[in-house]
Amino acid sequence: MSEHGPLSFNVPEPMGRPGDEPDFSYLDVPRAGTVRKPPVDVDHQDIRDLARTMIRVLNRDGDAVGEWADPVEDETILHALRSMIRTRAFDERMMTLQRQGKTSFYMKCTGEEAIAIGQQLALAPGDMNFPTYRQQGLLLCQDYPLVDMISQILSNANDPLRGRQLPVMYSSKKHGFFSISGNLGTQYVHAVGWAMASAIKGDTKIATAWIGDGSTAESDFHAALVNASVYKPPVVLNVVNNQWAISSFQGIAGGDSATFAERAHGFGIPSLRVDGNDWIAVYNVSRWAIERARRNLGPTLIEWVTYRVAPHSTSDDPARYRPRKESDAWPLGDPVLRLKNHLIKRGLWSEDRHVQAEAEYAQEVKAATKKAESFGVMGGGSTARDIFDDVYKDMPPHLREQRQKLGV
Amino acid sequence: MAEMNMVEAIRDAMDIKMAQDRDVVVFGEDVGYFGGVFRCTAGLQEKYGKDRVFDAPINESGIVGVGIGMATYGLRPCVEVQFADYIYPAYDQIVSEAARLRYRSAGDFTAPITIRTPCGGGIFGGQTHSQSPEALFTHVSGLKTIIPSNPYDAKGLLIAAIEDDDPVVFFEPKRLYNGPFDGHHDRPSKSWAGHPWGDVPQGHYIVPIGKAAIRREGAAVTILAYGTMVYVAEAAVAETGIDAEIIDLRTLLPLDIETIVTSVQKTGRCMIVHEATLTSGFGAELAAQVQERCFYHLEAPIARVTGWDTPYPHAQEWDYFPGPKRVGKALVAMMEEI
Repeated sequence: MSEHGPLSFNVPEPMGRPGDEPDFSYLDVPRAGTVRKPPVDVDHQDIRDLARTMIRVLNRDGDAVGEWADPVEDETILHALRSMIRTRAFDERMMTLQRQGKTSFYMKCTGEEAIAIGQQLALAPGDMNFPTYRQQGLLLCQDYPLVDMISQILSNANDPLRGRQLPVMYSSKKHGFFSISGNLGTQYVHAVGWAMASAIKGDTKIATAWIGDGSTAESDFHAALVNASVYKPPVVLNVVNNQWAISSFQGIAGGDSATFAERAHGFGIPSLRVDGNDWIAVYNVSRWAIERARRNLGPTLIEWVTYRVAPHSTSDDPARYRPRKESDAWPLGDPVLRLKNHLIKRGLWSEDRHVQAEAEYAQEVKAATKKAESFGVMGGGSTARDIFDDVYKDMPPHLREQRQKLGV
Repeated sequence: MAEMNMVEAIRDAMDIKMAQDRDVVVFGEDVGYFGGVFRCTAGLQEKYGKDRVFDAPINESGIVGVGIGMATYGLRPCVEVQFADYIYPAYDQIVSEAARLRYRSAGDFTAPITIRTPCGGGIFGGQTHSQSPEALFTHVSGLKTIIPSNPYDAKGLLIAAIEDDDPVVFFEPKRLYNGPFDGHHDRPSKSWAGHPWGDVPQGHYIVPIGKAAIRREGAAVTILAYGTMVYVAEAAVAETGIDAEIIDLRTLLPLDIETIVTSVQKTGRCMIVHEATLTSGFGAELAAQVQERCFYHLEAPIARVTGWDTPYPHAQEWDYFPGPKRVGKALVAMMEEI
């Protein structure tokens, strides 16, 4: 006879399911401005507490407060707000495009716009992002042509990726945007390797790695962290915790046992946990981590706490696994509204300008969509010849033979 | 020319490339200070420094994934996976990333990485030090797969692989590191000393990727082999007296189909020999291609002599390894076909 009772098996459950009231009581949200800002050369041991709290700058009144409220140039902050509005307009339009049957698939980043746009604006030309499929803001806050981006989504004759990739899997070396793969977590290791290369060559460029909360469970998350820990390359390791991996809440990825930021501690990597819907916090924390990397002080892991407002993709229906109004109850609010209020308070923006900007970007995206559609929709305008190029640098005989068989 | 075993030839290839091209970096488990568990990188860290030759954490997906990241930056990593049997944790990185990066980015990003890994049995390596997983890589579009059989080819092919702009999986039959091996395990081991293919040119040369070598000309049957099986085939041919043409494929993909077809059309018979397990092994692809292209020339069914469809056993090493006896018996049987 065992002296112990029977074992029980633990399967975490989210706070709410369809029909329940939204409940974010698991999330501890400190007041803006209360978390200290350490020097960039801080020892990771001395900021272990920063992985459990949350760095926040914008308070309820729209003021930027506390040690992380470093001044941001007006031009940069205006560009950020505009880019966030533009990204939201883009997402809305592309969703419509999918509903109209002009593309097979789309993924929005609604509610997460501040993160990609905040970090990209803190980077320098030549730095390289290794994004997931939900960092379209990285391209949309740069000069990447909208028509090309939409053409990729439409897989048409103007698609820079020649119709080979699922919509939203963009690639642009010129814009520091690494080719997106459907395989989760793989690019987290590439970012570390790219940063190692930069260090080996004595360069000054840095890499940024991007991963979601769910994908931190992938082996490559660990592979990236152990290599970042060992070689201390100039990389910013971003974890975008939007609470949901398709239908699995972040507890299924281990988020109930520890914060994602805390995972860095076992590797001796400094880590911070940040309000991902607070653009000023995103920008200033990114600047801090980027400066650390640039000054050869090694990697930093940042957990961005945010909420996936949109469905996972156009193939998903969140009403089947989470409370319908959950996004409304999200305690960190809407990143666009929060930055808007801040800028209005600073006299840099107004309600009118906001409405005007929304209309302007909706119009811009509409015009770009029209132009992109002229190159074809749903694979229209693509050519079968493009199947066989770029498998190798030079086409080997067996592929030439197969291309002839197809008769192209 | 210099006398080298396969280990020295492989080391020399990396040495030459590292001296020529500052973007070549070499790393893997125990590859740095210690010089590799098979000595393939001995002395390289001392010569080129820790930032170009270094030890890696025991994490194959990390080794290959980090290598891919470096390659996208512009380096030419030549990484090592200690045994081919341990390449599986890196499989996602090799298949989903290295192999597809050029294609999915339409040439925007490329991964010129070489993945060296010791393979093959005949060394009492048991289940996890003997495997020949080449077919798992030839099945993947975007990869090149190479298996040299001697020091001369090993050096020339490795230099070609490092210079190649496509990702290459470079299998090194560890049974051949110190000398040729024909499967006669009961006879004293031979070294590469005095062997014509152990005489390796000094300095830079390449053996072209995608070109097979005819090791023995013959008229009666074509034997397609690679790695250790080249020597097993030679022994079987010598022992049976059958006038076989032995082709060492050297590169499995891209495959030198012309050399194969020319030979089979001449001989009318084809035998495929590999250490890897039979079912869906690379031999199946070879058999299909020969059948399609040489159907009207074939005088007998294509035969395959391979490892059994079992994990690689320890005690039963020589019942598993396709040795000269088994190959010879199959050759005799094939010649008896009308």
